[in-house]
Amino acid sequence: MDLAFFGVQLLNGLQYGLLLFLIASGLTLIFGIMGIINLAHGAMYMIGAYLVYDLTFRLGNFWLAILVAIPVAVALGLLIERLFLDTLYKRDHLYQVLLTFGLILVLNEMQRIIWGGDVHSVPVPELFSGRIRLTDNLQYSHYRLFVMGVCLALAGVIYWVIRHTRLGIIIRAGAVNRDMVEGLGINVRTLFTLIFSVGVALTAFAGMIAAPLTSIAPGMGDSILITCFVVVVIGGIGSIKGAFWGAILIGMAETFGAVLIPSLASMVIYLIMAAVLLVKPRGLFA
Amino acid sequence: MKTTFKKTALASLIGAGLTLAGAATASDDPVKLGLMLPYTGTYTALGEAITNGLELAMSQHGNQLGGRDVEYVKLDSEANPSKAPQNMSRLVRGDNVDFVIGPVHSGVAMGMLRVAQQTGAVTIIPNAGLGAATNELCMPNVFRTSHSMWQDSYPMGKVAYDRGHRRVVTITWDYAGGKEDLAGFEQAFTEAGGEIIEQILVPFPGTEFQSYLAQIASLRPDAVYTFFAGGGGVSFVRDYAASGLKDSIPLLGSGFLTEGNLAAIGEAGEGVMTTLHYAETLDTPQNRAFVEAYRDAYGELPDAYAVQGYDTGMLLLQAMEAVGGDTGDKDRLIAALSNVQLDSPRGPLRFSGSHHPIQNIYLREIRNGRHEVQGIAFENLEVPDDACRM
Repeated sequence: MDLAFFGVQLLNGLQYGLLLFLIASGLTLIFGIMGIINLAHGAMYMIGAYLVYDLTFRLGNFWLAILVAIPVAVALGLLIERLFLDTLYKRDHLYQVLLTFGLILVLNEMQRIIWGGDVHSVPVPELFSGRIRLTDNLQYSHYRLFVMGVCLALAGVIYWVIRHTRLGIIIRAGAVNRDMVEGLGINVRTLFTLIFSVGVALTAFAGMIAAPLTSIAPGMGDSILITCFVVVVIGGIGSIKGAFWGAILIGMAETFGAVLIPSLASMVIYLIMAAVLLVKPRGLFA
Repeated sequence: MKTTFKKTALASLIGAGLTLAGAATASDDPVKLGLMLPYTGTYTALGEAITNGLELAMSQHGNQLGGRDVEYVKLDSEANPSKAPQNMSRLVRGDNVDFVIGPVHSGVAMGMLRVAQQTGAVTIIPNAGLGAATNELCMPNVFRTSHSMWQDSYPMGKVAYDRGHRRVVTITWDYAGGKEDLAGFEQAFTEAGGEIIEQILVPFPGTEFQSYLAQIASLRPDAVYTFFAGGGGVSFVRDYAASGLKDSIPLLGSGFLTEGNLAAIGEAGEGVMTTLHYAETLDTPQNRAFVEAYRDAYGELPDAYAVQGYDTGMLLLQAMEAVGGDTGDKDRLIAALSNVQLDSPRGPLRFSGSHHPIQNIYLREIRNGRHEVQGIAFENLEVPDDACRM
C-alpha cells in the first residue's frame, strides 16, 4: 500500500465517519437523555433523503429544497414526540421500542405510498460539481469535501452548545441523572420535545446532504441504523464526543477493513465494538 | 385411494372434453394465478413491473386462459426468504391456486422450491436467477421465464476479451447471486485468455463504494466488470463516474446493473456496457408493439422485468390454449408448457430440458439515457444443466 493510496483511504474514512457522526449524534442524544431506543432513526434518515429528492424536482433547486425540508423534518419529530412518545414515558422501555419499531413500518409504507418503489437520485448541485485530482486516475468530488465541511461545522456547533451553554449543562446533567434535573425545577418534558426534534432533524439533515452521494431507495435507512447503534455503543451512550470519535473510528475501520482484510469486512465494526466493550463496558466516553 | 384418483382423472377428462366442446360448465371456474412477488421493500419496483407485464398479456387476450376467466391472488413476498415456505403453502394449500408465479429474490426461490417439490404445484419463476433452480434443484413442475445469473454474464467475458481487455477487476456483493454472476463472466473471460487480477466482494447490501474505487484505481486494470442491482447499481455507476475512473477504465456489467434505473443513474451511465436478455430499444416488430402497448397502459417504458412478466403470461396463454383450459391433468399441462415457443419482445424463446429459457443475450451500451443494442453477444444461449434429471 503506497502513501497516495493510504491518503485517499484516510480521506474516504474521514468523510464516511463524519456523515455517520451526524446520524449517530441524534441517536445518542435521544438514547442518552430520554432513554429511548429510537429504532425509527434510520427511517428518518431515509425520509430526509426522499424529502430532498422530491423538493429538488419540485422547486428546481437543491439548496432551496434543503431549506424547506429541514422544518418539515423538525415538525415530524415534534409530532411523533408529542402524539406518541409522550404517552409512553412512564411505561417500560419495551413499549417505546415497540412504538419506534412500528414507526419504521409506518414510515417505510408512507415512503412507498408517496414515492413508490423505484430507485431515485439527486444530481450533485452545480456549485460543487467540480472534482479535484487525487492521483493520476482518481478524482474526488467537491461535493464530498463540502459534506465533510458541513459535518465538521455542525459537530463544532453541537460541541459548543453542549459545553458552553446553559442548555448544554442541562443536557449533560440529564444524561447523567434525569431525576435530579427534574428535581431542580427543570421542565424535562420541554427538554424531551426539543431533544427529540433536534435528533430527528439531525439524522434527516444527514439524509438530505447525503442524497446527492447515494441512491435513494426503499429501506435505505435500515442498514445505516445498525452501524449507528454500533457507533453510539462504542462512544458511550449519550456522549456527543463519544459519537464523534466512535463515528470516525467506524468510518476508518470500514474503509480500511474493506481493502485490507476483505474476508472480515462485514464483521470488522462488530469486532471493534466487542473489543471496546471488553475494555470499557460503558463505551469510550461514557 | 386408487379409486379416488381414477374418479378425479375421469372428472378432469370429462371436464376437458366439455371445455373443448365449448360447454360452459368447466369454464365457470376461473383459473387462479397466485402471484408471490415483492410489493414492499427494496424489490418493489421489480414486483410491480412483473405484475404489469403479466396483466398486460392477459388483458390483450380477453383476460382468459384456455377459455376460463383469470383470477389473481396477490401475496406480498416481502422478498423475505424466511417467510417463503409459509407464503407458498398459503397460496397452494389455502387459496388452491392453479399456478404460482414468483419470486423475484433467489433466497425466496429456495424456500418456494421446497414447497413446489412437496406439493407438485406448477410454479413459474419470472425473475430469480439462481442457477440451481433449473439445474441441481430442477423439477418438472417448475419453469423459468427470466434468466440465470450465469446466462446474462457469460457472454460478456468474450466481449471484454474481444474489445482488447486482458486484465480485469471484478466486483460484486458477497452473496450467492453476485458470485454466480461473476462466475459466468470470469469463466468466459479466462477461457478466452484474459486474467482476473482481483475479485472484490462487498458486504451485502452495502453501498459505500469509495474505498473499493480507490483500490481499483491503484490496481489499474484494463476494465472493471460488476454486478450490483437496485440502489447498489445506481450508487456504483454514479460513484464510479464521479471518481473519474470511467475516463480511464471502461465499466462493464451485467444488465441488471442499470436495468430499470436509467433515470436515477443519469449522465453517469453514458458509455457503460452491459449484457442482458432484453433491451427496450430492440428494433423488432414484436418489441415495438410491446413497448407501445406497455407505455399506453402504464405510462412508462418497459424493462426486462416487465418482459419477464409478459412472457410468463404468454407462456400460460399458449399452454392453456393447448390443453383447452384443463389444469387437472398435470402431466399434460407440464408437457404443454415445455413445448411453448414464444415470439417474445426479447426475441425467440424456447425452453430447455430443464425448463430454462434458451434465448439471445444482447450487448447494450447506454447512450442518451437508453440501452442501445450493439448486437447479439450470444445467440440462443443454453445454460449448464447437467445436474438436472427429470
